[in-house]
Amino acid sequence: MNMITALPISPGTLRSEEGEAVSVRNLTRSFGGPAVLDQLSFSIAPGEFVALLGRSGSGKSTLLRTLAGLDPAPPETLTVPSAHAVVFQEPRLLPWKRVWKNVALGLRVPDAKAKALAALAEVELQHRVDAWPLTLSGGEAQRAALARALVREPKLLLLDEPFASLDALTRMRMQSLVASLWQAHKPAVLLVTHDVDEALLLADRVLVLIEGKIGIDTAIKLDRPRHASDPGFSRLRTQLLASLGVQA
Amino acid sequence: MSGIALQGSASGSPAISTVRTKRRSSWNQRLRRAYVPLGILAIWQAGFALGWIPAQTVPPPSAIAIAAWQLAVTGQLAGNILVSLGRVAIGLGIGVTAGTMLALIAGLSRLGEDSVDPTLQMLRTLPHLALIPLMIMWFGIGETPKITLIALGSLFPIYLNLFAGIRGADRKLREAANTLGLSHFETIINVVLPAALPNFLTGLRQAFGISWITLVVAEQINASAGIGYLVMNARDFLRTDIIFVGLGIYAILGLLTDQTVRLLEHYLLAWRPSFLKDAAR
Repeated sequence: MNMITALPISPGTLRSEEGEAVSVRNLTRSFGGPAVLDQLSFSIAPGEFVALLGRSGSGKSTLLRTLAGLDPAPPETLTVPSAHAVVFQEPRLLPWKRVWKNVALGLRVPDAKAKALAALAEVELQHRVDAWPLTLSGGEAQRAALARALVREPKLLLLDEPFASLDALTRMRMQSLVASLWQAHKPAVLLVTHDVDEALLLADRVLVLIEGKIGIDTAIKLDRPRHASDPGFSRLRTQLLASLGVQA
Repeated sequence: MSGIALQGSASGSPAISTVRTKRRSSWNQRLRRAYVPLGILAIWQAGFALGWIPAQTVPPPSAIAIAAWQLAVTGQLAGNILVSLGRVAIGLGIGVTAGTMLALIAGLSRLGEDSVDPTLQMLRTLPHLALIPLMIMWFGIGETPKITLIALGSLFPIYLNLFAGIRGADRKLREAANTLGLSHFETIINVVLPAALPNFLTGLRQAFGISWITLVVAEQINASAGIGYLVMNARDFLRTDIIFVGLGIYAILGLLTDQTVRLLEHYLLAWRPSFLKDAAR
């Protein structure tokens, strides 16, 4: 049974507009040279976990920044829920605000502190709520950043290589934490990564960005929780790595 | 799914005993630092007793202490210190306020930078003390020229440091604030200004230093009160001991203001790693 169903997406084949958390239509971005994103189109369903793979320089981060509203894009090319949140590779906590104030920052709801504390408890940081961010370990800081994103109850969660600068053990814990938080809250997720295992572990669907276009669009139909030792896992892994130009 | 329990490292409250050892050793350290200055005083006094140092040139510490005591008892010391402190306080207040406003104008908008920065960069190269003759011609010999000079001297370190701090605020943090839905104004309040605060405090420390120097020069040219007046008056009566008292007071005031800024830094920048390390030990 073939678990990969490759759907090469051409600019014309748009799915229905209804019931999509994210929709990108013919998005082109260039910085003077050849286009970084070239007539790119794809969509993410509500509650869907999508991993975006690609080599460095393939435009992954540009796409995420555009979705996050940090880079400009023509409005007709993009539909993104207004409730979206970003977790970057670095935690990007304000060092002069205590952890819970970082989480509550910009939160325009009554009782923002209680919400912030609840979000911190969810990422198991309840013992560090009053700490200064620079005293946190790398994993703790990234969990705080995750809490800061979650507390906004996003319809779309953008994760820009959030585990890349963590050590291997911390990364595994973070991955399982993200998986359980996603299952509890069900936001649509776009995880930018260059770790094929991470993508296979977490995502419903894997996109591979090749030369500014979606080169591969693959549904991952493995049962959860997943393990790298599952038989289907390694087969998918080999195929994805091959598409990235790596012989495994 | 969360089969792997996340066990955050314990909050790591430092053992009290280590804090105590730290305290004691820091006291020892402070005592150790006092040995050399105290030794110099002792040799100084002994040099006078043995007739090596003529009292007319350099009075012994004991004579300086007596002169200070007499000035204190007659109320001259406190009165003159207050006059000098008042000049610095008003001049510095004006200079810091103006420097801060100009830095905000230049730092927060390109238009502001273009209108303010070139002029200030040009004026900055002019030593403000060179304006003394003009100040006297314009404002006479009262308080106005002294306060104006102190204000001018303290304006530039504040402006330059705060401007650099505002422009140096981490772009990544500003981006993060943007994704959190903060408005431009909220980003300035929550991200840009706190990021520039360390630079502002560096500028404040420099401004204090410049203020004292300006005060010394301005008071010695013409004054009818203040520490500088006390010193110039003592020169006329060949009272070397009182001159030394004046020097000592300048030194102490400089030290005190430096400590004040240090205290401010400790309180306002409590989040910084250098201070955090102190607290964690």
